[in-house]
Amino acid sequence: MHVQRNASRSLMVAGLCAAAAMAASAVQAQEDTITLGAAVSITGKYSTNGKNTLDGYQMAVKRINEMGGVKVGTTTYKLAIKYYDDESTSARGAQLMERLIAQDHVAFVLGPYSSGLTKAIAPVTEKYRIPMVEGNGADRDLFTQGYHYLFAVLNTSDYYLREAVNLLAEQAERIGKKPSDLRIAIAIENDNFSLDVRNGVMEDAAKHGMKVVIDDKLPPELNDMSSTLTKVKALRPDMLVVSGHDKGATLAVRQTSDQKVHVPMLALTHCDSAQVAEKLGAAAEYAVCASQWDRSLNYSDRWFGSANDYAQRFEKEFGYAAPYQSAESTASVLVYADALARAGSVDPQKVRDAIAKTDLMTFYGPVKFDDTGKNIAKSMVLYQVQGGAYKVVAPSRWAQSRLVFPAPRWEERESAKRN
Amino acid sequence: MDNLAILAQAPVFNLQLLVDGVLIGALFALAAFGMALVWGVLRIINIAQGEFVMLGGYVVVYAAAAGVPPLAAVPLAALALYVLGWLLYRAVIWRVVDQDLFVSVLATFGLSILLQQLANQLFGANVRSVDPGLGTLLLVEGSISVPYVKLVAFAASLALGVALVLFLKRSRLGQAIRATSQNARAARIVGVDTDRVFASTFALNAAICGAAGALVSMTWVIHPYFGLAYTVRAFMIVVVSGLGNLAGIVAWGAGLGVAEQYAGFLLGAQFQTAFVFGLLVVILVARQLALHRRRMVLR
Repeated sequence: MHVQRNASRSLMVAGLCAAAAMAASAVQAQEDTITLGAAVSITGKYSTNGKNTLDGYQMAVKRINEMGGVKVGTTTYKLAIKYYDDESTSARGAQLMERLIAQDHVAFVLGPYSSGLTKAIAPVTEKYRIPMVEGNGADRDLFTQGYHYLFAVLNTSDYYLREAVNLLAEQAERIGKKPSDLRIAIAIENDNFSLDVRNGVMEDAAKHGMKVVIDDKLPPELNDMSSTLTKVKALRPDMLVVSGHDKGATLAVRQTSDQKVHVPMLALTHCDSAQVAEKLGAAAEYAVCASQWDRSLNYSDRWFGSANDYAQRFEKEFGYAAPYQSAESTASVLVYADALARAGSVDPQKVRDAIAKTDLMTFYGPVKFDDTGKNIAKSMVLYQVQGGAYKVVAPSRWAQSRLVFPAPRWEERESAKRN
Repeated sequence: MDNLAILAQAPVFNLQLLVDGVLIGALFALAAFGMALVWGVLRIINIAQGEFVMLGGYVVVYAAAAGVPPLAAVPLAALALYVLGWLLYRAVIWRVVDQDLFVSVLATFGLSILLQQLANQLFGANVRSVDPGLGTLLLVEGSISVPYVKLVAFAASLALGVALVLFLKRSRLGQAIRATSQNARAARIVGVDTDRVFASTFALNAAICGAAGALVSMTWVIHPYFGLAYTVRAFMIVVVSGLGNLAGIVAWGAGLGVAEQYAGFLLGAQFQTAFVFGLLVVILVARQLALHRRRMVLR
């Protein structure tokens, strides 16, 4: 009897020891993890791009942890993401950021999807003096507010289609036309991002002396732009610029083709995330699209290798081709990994200063921030849909293919198909 | 004013705007038919109208992906939405039929948000569209282009409208629906199962919207959040033309479509919707003044 009681007591002691050890290791594990907080759009109108963003973050965290984590001073940390669904609304985004910082004690923040949400969240991170590295808020306004803790790895939105204007001027000269004789039509969604795209186009068009003949702003819920296209048909501009996230790209491709509206150059944003070439087929042919990144670019880094290696790894992990929204999200995490190692500390202030001094090459492109926090080292690329695939046509340094300009008329395309 | 000059110099574009306007107006009218029906019979303003349109579109998207020819999927969409409408009536709508109008607006507003978010979860926020591959009709040396699918959509919505009128006039259920709309209590006394009539009416409305949505997905593009535009336009058409006035609904639908196209062309797309709602205010005020004047005469 006595022996039995003793045995049960020693069992209990052993159990307690095990529990204590487990608790200790849990504390240990928590200490060795750096949590990056984010509000991302899992539901609501940005849910597709929100998922792209989150997948990009997860991809980076997984890869960095696979490679052993981040060495900060003498300790090696794993990375983790803590995120909430902001429902694609600004108010919710700001609220969740308060919660991440004040309740969850997150000391490093990754950006949400879209300029609007980034605008809503930036004042919160500024207030708490917590750095935010983002890859999906491209609005120029974000970098005129004097924010000290905001860093963006992407090009601001006014740069999206500036290159298209310059390309148009170049092509016009090639076929013996004066750039100042060219006319541009603009139809954009009435939101921050697209208004910036428009302003960039207007500025560069003015530089070349081109005339903007249509300047329409599409309401966000509109799913028909036929009155604008009738104007395009009447005025015959040399280029039609459409920007309105995935919806704008799909609508423009679908309706120019349905209504047989001819423009020598159709310049769009968000073609790749809207998958216009894949989903709309021949209708998307010859459309020119701005992109932050492409897998064919010859950038590379120590985490993923080349841009193409990243794209392959991403596709294997998530089962769809990596859009640039994911690539720039991954790059945001890489900036943290690099800055944390250089700072040698997990103090937000020190990490912020290290981020400001970033000079990093990634698979996504070079990253170097100016005083306002935007990346000044990278440039945009332009694709043209050729034979159902996105071919890089500008800048000429990375061009795979020559731009087809002017795009053939619809009746020529049809007769070419028949032959 | 430059845009006005274009229309003066090249009047052919007037025709393009008219055609586009009338063709899209027919689809607005279809959604408005359904709204007028539900409003007249159940005394409910259905805010989820546009969501039914949206869901009808998705039926076609998925049917087309499964290999069904898009046009053949139109009745499929109507059928699917009929079932959904019936279920929604049995789950939610019957509880608010005899309530204050405000309660039903809230309930259907809630449904509308629910359906949007469910669609977003199930189908994703991506913009979808189905190409029926019918080609485009070109007139006046290509100055006017009308995708055949728009003509098909127009014809289909007219046919549906006529079928609806005949159904309400001739069929047993149609007569019961009309009786219920005139006086629900009296209809109950003479043996009409008004609960069943309400359910059928609501389901019928969903089916009409589903068919409209099916046509929208082939003609324009759809995503989970475009429903509101259809709800609001349907509401406006019904308010202006009155309940039980199907011819008026068609006329106002077409008028609204044309007005939108002209506003978009002349003032720019940013004023397209604003102009139309400005017009609504003007019409309502003018009508109010006219009624007021008549009352004065009677007094």
